[in-house]
This record gives sequence, structure tokens and C-alpha cells, in this order.
Amino acid sequence: MRAKVATPDSHDFPTRPYDLVKEGAIAFGVILVLALALAAIFSSPDEKAISFKAWAAATPNDVIVTAVSELAETSGSAGYGAPYNTNSQGQTLGPLALQRWGGVTVPIDSANDLVIGPLGSVKGDTALSGALAQWKAATADQQSAWATAYADALDAAGGDPAAVADGEYGPVPELGTAFLTLAQSGGLEQLLAGGFYGGDQTKALLLLSDGTYLEDQAVARSLGGDQWGMINSTGNNPGQPWLAPVSFWYQIEPFKSSENADAIIFGMMGLLVLVVILLPFIPGLRAIPEKIPVYRLVWRNYYRTQDK
Amino acid sequence: MTATTVKAPASPQETAGSWTVILRRRIVGLVPPGQALPDRQPAYMQSWIYVFGMATLASLGVVILSGIALAMGGTVWWHTSALGHYVNSVHLWSVEIFFVVLVVHLWGKFWMAAWRGKRGLTWMTGMFAFLAAVGTAFTGYLTTTNFESQWIAAEAKDGLNSIGIGGLFNPLNSPRMLLWHVILLPLVIGVIVLWHIVLVRRHGIVPPIGAKEPKK
Repeated sequence: MRAKVATPDSHDFPTRPYDLVKEGAIAFGVILVLALALAAIFSSPDEKAISFKAWAAATPNDVIVTAVSELAETSGSAGYGAPYNTNSQGQTLGPLALQRWGGVTVPIDSANDLVIGPLGSVKGDTALSGALAQWKAATADQQSAWATAYADALDAAGGDPAAVADGEYGPVPELGTAFLTLAQSGGLEQLLAGGFYGGDQTKALLLLSDGTYLEDQAVARSLGGDQWGMINSTGNNPGQPWLAPVSFWYQIEPFKSSENADAIIFGMMGLLVLVVILLPFIPGLRAIPEKIPVYRLVWRNYYRTQDK
Repeated sequence: MTATTVKAPASPQETAGSWTVILRRRIVGLVPPGQALPDRQPAYMQSWIYVFGMATLASLGVVILSGIALAMGGTVWWHTSALGHYVNSVHLWSVEIFFVVLVVHLWGKFWMAAWRGKRGLTWMTGMFAFLAAVGTAFTGYLTTTNFESQWIAAEAKDGLNSIGIGGLFNPLNSPRMLLWHVILLPLVIGVIVLWHIVLVRRHGIVPPIGAKEPKK
């Protein structure tokens, strides 16, 4: 075993000529050519974004089911918790309710912001105006009773509005149908982004995520969380392989099926990153490279001359 | 000369107490004389592993240049133009190369225990640069304005929200992520990488494990 010695000053060692700038220029040239060539051969993925019009055309019933779930406050965003609302505690990391502690910093009222608000901008549809007036005049309990009853009926009918049994649904069926028409018109994105410049897609993406179409499309392309989706990309292109240490945990139990998977995995990764950053100061871990002589390959010429 | 005792030579004409002089002496004293751009290196540096540090810098250069070209075209240019799409492909592949050489560089430094000899901060700045690069690449994927960015944003929000930072760093807000991607995070990477390089030049390349003080 090599005796422990203090690391000497590198500037005291014998030197040899070396051209740092030349090495940099050559490295830049080689990598530039490599990137140009890989780009020419493999290109890059660019699958068109899903529009609400495309969603409505592909799975119209999913649009209606999603809109009704927003009104019934049973959608993913409606029951999400922070940062959108207070309807759930959200994920916890053991005793730490980090999600709730983050606060409601991006307030979203799913029923009004994602459905009723956009429908209110539609002009010239008297049936819709009547349905909206009836909805707005009702108490919160009545709204919830109508929407929940219709959501349950839709579920029983396999998501098909045409097969829903008669019931006390108030204006909810009309609102659902009108929302589908609005999505089909192609103008819903603009209404959700807010104004001429708009730009913030938070509401639009929450609505899209509340449906099943987006996830179905992603899973079909092996982009699901439990499909190593974090490191995959559309087509055969590489994604973010450097996220493999994070993606790994989503593939195994108990994390895979935990309701707090994100908080636990992010917490674990935070701890792991901290350990790696502080590696030089952690006894035992910092000595690993000295115990496993990979370094002898790096400095084989040096040790050969020293051993003589 | 040890790196920690570096002192800039005083000029007889310097004005005592001048802030400019103090700053100049701090800057000049960051690295030993001749070590900012040395034309000689320790004789023990005879391995291909040393190339990967420079390769990381070089690929970062290609990433930045291709990113500037993309930025000039705007967010949707690459969806509608063959040239734009090619530039985007160069940007993507330069990022992939960047991470490959960066990870090799990082593992190389691990097996060399390159934090020895008061180089702990050099290791830490390297890790910070890696983390900042991961964040920058992630925000790049969020700003591609296509199906992939929709899905990644929808998935990522759950992770970020679960630890309470989804409001500050909202992946569903694409323009906000674009600004993080093209300004804030590159600025962070630039500062950390510069700091890392200065530390490398200041302390020199770590000597072999077990090496003793050379005879003078």
C-alpha cells in the first residue's frame, strides 16, 4: 500500500512543451465537424404540438369528459393542490409537506379558468348563453351535484355522451358539448393563453394534461415515466440520457407506485447530488479512487519512471 | 510557488488605496505568473483523459454558437425552415456531445481524486457547472414548442411541484422557460465555468496519487 503523502505543488514538477490554444482549436474543430455530421445524418425530432382542435378531432369524447371533470372538480388540476389551489395537500417527503409549503403561487380555478371562462367568450350562441346563465345562477353545491352526476353518468356510459342515461345534470351536458365545439374551432389556445401576446401556456397544458389523449400519445412513443420516458425522445433520437439516475427510480417499486414518488425521488437525488458535490470532504468516499488503482492507468508513464 | 501564496507584483507607481489598483492586483494575483495560458505542462500529464476537459469547453462553444444562431431565428423558425431545423439539429447533437465528454471528464477527475491538494472547490465548481448544464438542457427541451415540450412540461411539473418550486420555476410557462434557457442559466454556466478554469490554472493540474515533492 502506498504511504499517505501530502499532495505536492504541481508547479514544482518537471515540465514539457505544450500548446494549450492549439489543443483548444483542434478540439473545437473536431467537435464542430462531428456535430455538423451527426446533425446531417440523424437530424432532430420535431413532432407537431397537439392542438385542441387536433385533440377534439381525434378523441372528441375525451374533450367532453375532461371539461366535465373540470366542472365537477375531479380533474387532475382541480384536485392538485399547490401551486394551483388548496384542494389537496399534494406530495410529501416524509413529514415534509414541501409542495404545500410552496404555496399557491400559480392560482388556477379549473372550472372557471379552463372551461367557463373560455365558454363565456363565445358570442351568438343562445343555447350556450342560457346554459352559462343557469350554471352561474346556481349555488356551488348545485353546480357540483350536476357536474358530478353527469361525470358519473359519462363514466358509466364509457365516456360516450350519446349513451348517457337521463338524469339531473342541469346545464352540464350543454356546456360539455359547447366546449367541444369551441375546441374544434381552433381558438381555445388563444383564450387560455390570455390576450394578444398571451404566451403563458400553463392553463392550456393543465387542461391538456387533465385529458387522457396527451398521455396516450406519449406512452405510444415510449415517453411514459415508467418507460424511461425521461431519457427518451420521439422517434429514435436520444433524449436526456444524463437524467438516467433520476429516471431509474421511477422504474422500480416502491417508488413506481408511490403517491409521493416525485417528492421522494427528488429528495433522494438532492441528497445524492449533495454527497457528490461534497465528496472531497467526506472521509471514506474521498478515498475510493486511492483504493481502486484506476489512476495507475492515467499516470502509468509517471509510475513506470518512478519505479525504475 | 504554491497557488495559495500567489501575489501580484507591486508597481512603484501604484496609488495606495486606489480601488482600481486593488481590483487589478486581485485579478493579476488569481493565477501564478505565466499560468493563465501556459506553454508548458507537468511531465506527468501523459494521458488522453486530459483531453476531455478541453473537449468539454470546445463542445460548450459549439453549443453556444448554434444556440445563438437559433436565437436569431426565433422560437418557431426551426419548425418552418430546413436551415433552421438543421441548426436545431446541430444544437441538439452538440449538447449530446457536450454531456458525453463532460461525464468522461468528471469520471476521469473522480478516479484521479483530483480534489487533492486544496482542489476541493475546483471539484465543486465542476459539479455545479454539470448541474447548471442539466438544468439548461432541460429548459431547452421545454422550449422546443412541439409535442415533446408539451409532454415534458406536463410530466416535469409534478416533480418540481412536489418539492415546492413549481411556482418559481414553472415548466408549463414556455416563454419563461425560454428566458431561463437563453439568458439566466447560460449566464450561471458562464460564471461557474470561468471560476472553474481560474481555479484549475491557479492550483495547476493535480499530481499523481502518491507523488512526492520532486527533487530540485
